[in-house]
Amino acid sequence: MGAHLADHPAPAILAEVQPASLPRKELVHHGRDFHWITEKICGIVEGPTPTWWWWCFGVAAFVASFTVAGLTYLVGTGVGVWGHANPVNWAWDIVNFVFWIGIGHAGTLISAILCLLRQKWRTSINRASEAMTIFAVACAAIFPVFHVGRIWMAWYLFPIPNSNYIWQNFRSPLEWDVFAVSTYGTVSVLFWYIGLIPDLGTLRDRFFTVGRIWRARIYGFFAMGWRGSNRHWSNYEMAYLILAGISTPLVLSVHTIVSFDFAVSLLPGWHTTIFPPYFVAGAIFSGFGMVMTLMLPLRAIFRLEDLITQYHIDNMCKITLATGTMVGYAYSIEFFIAWYGSNPYEGFAFINRAFGHYAWAYWIMVTCNVITPQFFWFKAVRQNTTLVWCLAIMVNVGMWFERFVIIVTSLARDFLPSSWGYYSPSVVEIFTFFGTFGVFSFLFLLFIRFVPIMPMSEVKAVTAAADPHGPHPH
Amino acid sequence: MSKIFPKSANALPLQIVIFLAIAGGVATAAVTYYSTPKYLRVGYQPVQPVPFEHSLHAGQLGIDCRYCHASVEKSATSSVPAAQTCMNCHSIVKPQSPLLEPVRRSYETGEPVPWVKVHVAPDYVYFNHSVHVNRGVSCVECHGKVNEMTAVWHDKSHSMGFCLDCHRDPANYLREPKDVFNLDSPTLAAQGRLEKAHQNIRDWKIMPPQSCSGCHR
Repeated sequence: MGAHLADHPAPAILAEVQPASLPRKELVHHGRDFHWITEKICGIVEGPTPTWWWWCFGVAAFVASFTVAGLTYLVGTGVGVWGHANPVNWAWDIVNFVFWIGIGHAGTLISAILCLLRQKWRTSINRASEAMTIFAVACAAIFPVFHVGRIWMAWYLFPIPNSNYIWQNFRSPLEWDVFAVSTYGTVSVLFWYIGLIPDLGTLRDRFFTVGRIWRARIYGFFAMGWRGSNRHWSNYEMAYLILAGISTPLVLSVHTIVSFDFAVSLLPGWHTTIFPPYFVAGAIFSGFGMVMTLMLPLRAIFRLEDLITQYHIDNMCKITLATGTMVGYAYSIEFFIAWYGSNPYEGFAFINRAFGHYAWAYWIMVTCNVITPQFFWFKAVRQNTTLVWCLAIMVNVGMWFERFVIIVTSLARDFLPSSWGYYSPSVVEIFTFFGTFGVFSFLFLLFIRFVPIMPMSEVKAVTAAADPHGPHPH
Repeated sequence: MSKIFPKSANALPLQIVIFLAIAGGVATAAVTYYSTPKYLRVGYQPVQPVPFEHSLHAGQLGIDCRYCHASVEKSATSSVPAAQTCMNCHSIVKPQSPLLEPVRRSYETGEPVPWVKVHVAPDYVYFNHSVHVNRGVSCVECHGKVNEMTAVWHDKSHSMGFCLDCHRDPANYLREPKDVFNLDSPTLAAQGRLEKAHQNIRDWKIMPPQSCSGCHR
């Protein structure tokens, strides 16, 4: 058959083929070369500590002390210092847990899925997003661990043989959560660290060259003998690819299992099959909200416009728009199914959400999560960095309220009117949550001070100069 | 780079791994051995205000456990006798013994003898003596051979695992009810009468709880 075609080639339709010129978007502006990138990124770590950093660090440490104080009081007194009471026995603690865990998902999506999909624009934001993931998981873990009350018993969460013969209930989604989140935390740290190794090697050598021997030793310890040889690069790329493969299912599985905490129960408003995809979309939505909240100020402060271009911001806005719209779709489908399913309890749960005692929270959620991202349709909005940043903050607020609405309204109004209640947080709870923003900022500030905020080698690989087939700028 | 780290640093990763493995192994072994009730509780033998010898009273003289611990069959707790019980005999036997001075004082004043508790169930455990002894669980199963002890010591671990061993499979631990207070008697299983134990479990509906709320309410 092939031979037959080859004997009688079809006549050309066009005399000359002129492929359309569709140049890829430039990922590094102004033809910045390798040296400039190294100086720019290393300069942040090597330069003197800026005054603003100390101010921010002080404020972050002060705010973080609220969490430390709140948790100390809780451990010293008992879990009753939080506002939970029948029937709302899950409240801000689980809301905050899901909120922080959700934020982490953008980091993993950027580092793993976008890596496998060869989205080259990920390179200039992935390091900071992964750091964000790790710190967010750390903040998230605080809440369920301390909700245990007697935290010295928290090891009962893990299947460790003990003289009490206490064994975990593996049919409980809460137990699945323990493994989902701890796996997620571990893989995220590994992924982040593996990606850091070449850059740590660069910093080690640069500190050694200028004679700052102790810094060279510390970075050298963590660089684990990186020499940048072909063999090292080959192993490194393979390790990175494997970790990207391992992380990819985690992007979907972790928040799926978090949603099972609710969906596997029988409570109206929780017991719905849409929860896993709805939660995953919401997590990525909130995560990108947080990535933009962090990256836009960094871009402005460190003058990184050549590396985090308008194209990057456009992409992040578009993902936020897409996932935000999915979340809005999920909200409407929940209502549709509540009506279509003809279950009076389910129907009541949703009417109560929108028009009951917590209607204010519901409408904050809808405004922030459904309406806010729709502004990203407009190019003018995406190009206004300040406006994008404000909208990203709105996304974060909205996603916190989403978890509040789901968890608290469902518990406060379940099957039996005799067991209805109204939940308000205690001061301790509010302070503890407020403080986690300090904990997060504290860690993130340390990150931008001591760790290169972009993977230099990966950013260099997406410059025009690194493309052997493209036009060379020099 | 040789000036940043000495050549010996090449061996560091392996050394760290070996160190962590050994440290982790030692820590696990130490916790497993030292921080369980088997180590922490067994062997506890406090000095009592009166050197009462169970081996003499319950062993040599053959006084029934229930003579002193009278409520054990009827109540959740196994009572510790008042001085009156001691004085039933000791008003005649060794009435002047200096060792019995606290008992006599208690008898006169009504203030109890400050015995030191050996077996303490935590507040969150609801243990009922009567339900156990009435269904063939002998004293010896939890307290050991008290009839051979001079001063009582903590003989069994009383960990939750210890309770659950029996709650999960009671047949191996049961006696005939008449043998419950005979601490030297063998269990039905030891007599080769496991069938009888199973029959008792069926006939008396012995269903030891394994749910949390069975013992922790």
